[in-house]
Amino acid sequence: MNAQLQATGSAYFISKETQRPEIHTLSVLVDNEPGVLARVIGLFSGRGYNIESLTVSETEHEKHLSRITIVTRGTQHVLDQIKHQLERIVPVHRVIDLTVRAGELGQDRPLERELALVKVAGTGDARVEALRLADAFRASVIDANTEHFIFEITGKVSKIEQFIAIMKPLGLVEVCRTGVAAMNRGPQGM
Amino acid sequence: MSNGQNDTGRREMTGAEMVVQALKDNGVKHIFGYPGGAVLPIYDEIFQQDDVEHILVRHEQGAGHAAEGYARSTGKAGVMLVTSGPGATNAVTPLQDALMDSIPLVCITGQVPTTLIGSDAFQECDTVGITRPCTKHNWLVKDVNDLAKTLHEAFHVATTGRPGPVVVDIPKDVQFARGVYTPPQTAPRTSYHPQVQGDLDRVKEAVALLANAKRPIIYSGGGVINSGQEASELLRELVELSGFPITSTLMGLGAYPASGKNWLGMLGMHGTYEANMAMHDCDVMLCIGARFDDRITGRLDAFSPGSKKIHIDIDPSSINKNVRVDIPIIGDVGHVLEDLVRLWRATVKADKKALYPWWEQIAKWRARDSLAFKTNDEVIMPQYAIQRLYELTKHRDPFITTEVGQHQMWAAQHFHFEKPHHWMTSGGLGTMGYGLPAALGVQIAHRDALVIDIAGDASIQMCIQEMSAAVQFDAPIKIFILNNQYMGMVRQWQQLLHGNRLSHSYTEAMPDFVKLAEAYGAHGIRCDKPANLDDAINEMISVKKPVIFDCRVATLANCFPMIPSGKAHNEMLLPDEATDEAVANAIDAKGRELV
Repeated sequence: MNAQLQATGSAYFISKETQRPEIHTLSVLVDNEPGVLARVIGLFSGRGYNIESLTVSETEHEKHLSRITIVTRGTQHVLDQIKHQLERIVPVHRVIDLTVRAGELGQDRPLERELALVKVAGTGDARVEALRLADAFRASVIDANTEHFIFEITGKVSKIEQFIAIMKPLGLVEVCRTGVAAMNRGPQGM
Repeated sequence: MSNGQNDTGRREMTGAEMVVQALKDNGVKHIFGYPGGAVLPIYDEIFQQDDVEHILVRHEQGAGHAAEGYARSTGKAGVMLVTSGPGATNAVTPLQDALMDSIPLVCITGQVPTTLIGSDAFQECDTVGITRPCTKHNWLVKDVNDLAKTLHEAFHVATTGRPGPVVVDIPKDVQFARGVYTPPQTAPRTSYHPQVQGDLDRVKEAVALLANAKRPIIYSGGGVINSGQEASELLRELVELSGFPITSTLMGLGAYPASGKNWLGMLGMHGTYEANMAMHDCDVMLCIGARFDDRITGRLDAFSPGSKKIHIDIDPSSINKNVRVDIPIIGDVGHVLEDLVRLWRATVKADKKALYPWWEQIAKWRARDSLAFKTNDEVIMPQYAIQRLYELTKHRDPFITTEVGQHQMWAAQHFHFEKPHHWMTSGGLGTMGYGLPAALGVQIAHRDALVIDIAGDASIQMCIQEMSAAVQFDAPIKIFILNNQYMGMVRQWQQLLHGNRLSHSYTEAMPDFVKLAEAYGAHGIRCDKPANLDDAINEMISVKKPVIFDCRVATLANCFPMIPSGKAHNEMLLPDEATDEAVANAIDAKGRELV
């Protein structure tokens, strides 16, 4: 959402940042109260951090807890700051860097899935080809008439990106994506 | 549960009554505020009781800074009460000020009735939206039955952990509505649990590192003051035990006494030569309740390059934010120092002789006398004015507030503080206009004390209206203006950075401050001769009402020593080296972009 990659902070930070930016997925458990999402997003924009993807929903209704999944990009130093700054927000219960946790568990990366709705319009060969490819991607048709399909596709971000790219010449009309939902493999919770 | 009070203190009342009851139950004696349409029900309740005294300011910003001064000088939460819309937006500056300096400030704002929220009603603004980034936390209370709990939580959040400002926004219909009041509870919300006790293993590591240091330094900050009187005492004990030199940030002045033999003076951009050089050359740095602010570190990649760093802070996000540290200890300064001092006593056999070479080096730096200035028989030098003010008032244990600018730095350099909680200044945000209302707040908390706002002629005009409040509430604050007719610090930077082109930093039309004082019903004094200064200061102290002291000082004096932007601690500009040419060339192109 905003493309600033440098470590933020003091204006005196004129030394070159030597660390390379990495993409990490954070899980943030918060009290589901008014304004909580604004606090999280405001923190990112106010301090110049990146949001590549953001997903939020109440996950424990009795306790009014929501889980926010944020994919962000930064150097390790910035990622540490993001975690600590998030933990300062009063309604935030816990912040887990799923990418770091996956590393600790000896895994490549956390499980990440996204859902997309993809509308494709067309007739003739393009239409047949779209349906054939959708089948190959295990996308399902959730709406159709003689001139269009709406596909529902779930999977890794890369798979969805690829599917959308392939649909482009076949009459892609619009796309809606949920953003990433993520958790670590194994029996433990966050 | 009709009206009667049952065993648990729960009873039915209006929202407005709850506000006053919650203030009482949280130990509040004074609040600072300004009425308006959306808080009238609360003001009506305030009118009908005597336990909480309301101080009527003249501008909501004044209420905020007064509450900050009150909080900073007492260690308790400061409370302000303002109306919706402009009342709330005027509170933004003190809220951000309190956020940056970690001051416990509870701000209660009125809001338009819930039915009108979002309709662009008269005096409506999105208070929680506007204040979200400038508070530690804020609440909009839409149900009267949540009000008491929210107010108690607000006090808890403001005063615990790293203290800070909070806002409780209360729509007018909620103030009228009746609901159940609940007294303060001990069980806080589950997501908020500041870590108070430090990790003992880390403390042990720190003690081991400190015990073997050859060139140690203690760098303490506002966190020591916030942690309370005991933290300051423990800090003094640690310095005494270890024999280490100690310096402090602007916010931490007074935690260690300026008369102490290990005191190096303030560090940072306008700190002493010895403090900054010792920071640069030390081998172990113990940072206690400070946050490596850019005004402290100077150029980061040249900041204390050879040292191992220990950082004690209650806020995990302060650790490794600007400067990488070797031993981070998260916890309340007082608690951690208690462990540290105890472990030091138990395990370290201090060899103070090992520090002799270090102290010899420090003595050499000290001999540079970096705060020296040339006195003058004809005009009052601003540094001289502060020195005289200090000498003539120190036996009275005065509380000092400041505005922001050159006078603030001169006050920090030349006024010497022996105790915590006696120095109130806007450090992080640098808010011109802070000092006068802050002095009002201090005086309300300490009725018999001598309270002095060391001010500049530009800053003082930013919240001058609070003179009226000081007169009304018999707060005999002393406004000591170092009047040089310039925004001195702006001019100094224009000389350093912009070829001496003094764009809009000179005030051609200045009020007659003596007449201004008299217009407010206060006492005015003017002095422009060094020979008359002592008598004039003594007159100021003896007058039993608010005083504006117009101290005419040398107009072109600048504030040195200084670490120019983009430079390191060992590249200070010292007063005897600050020729016009040196000043003009002190900052290179890269430094010019910095603030």
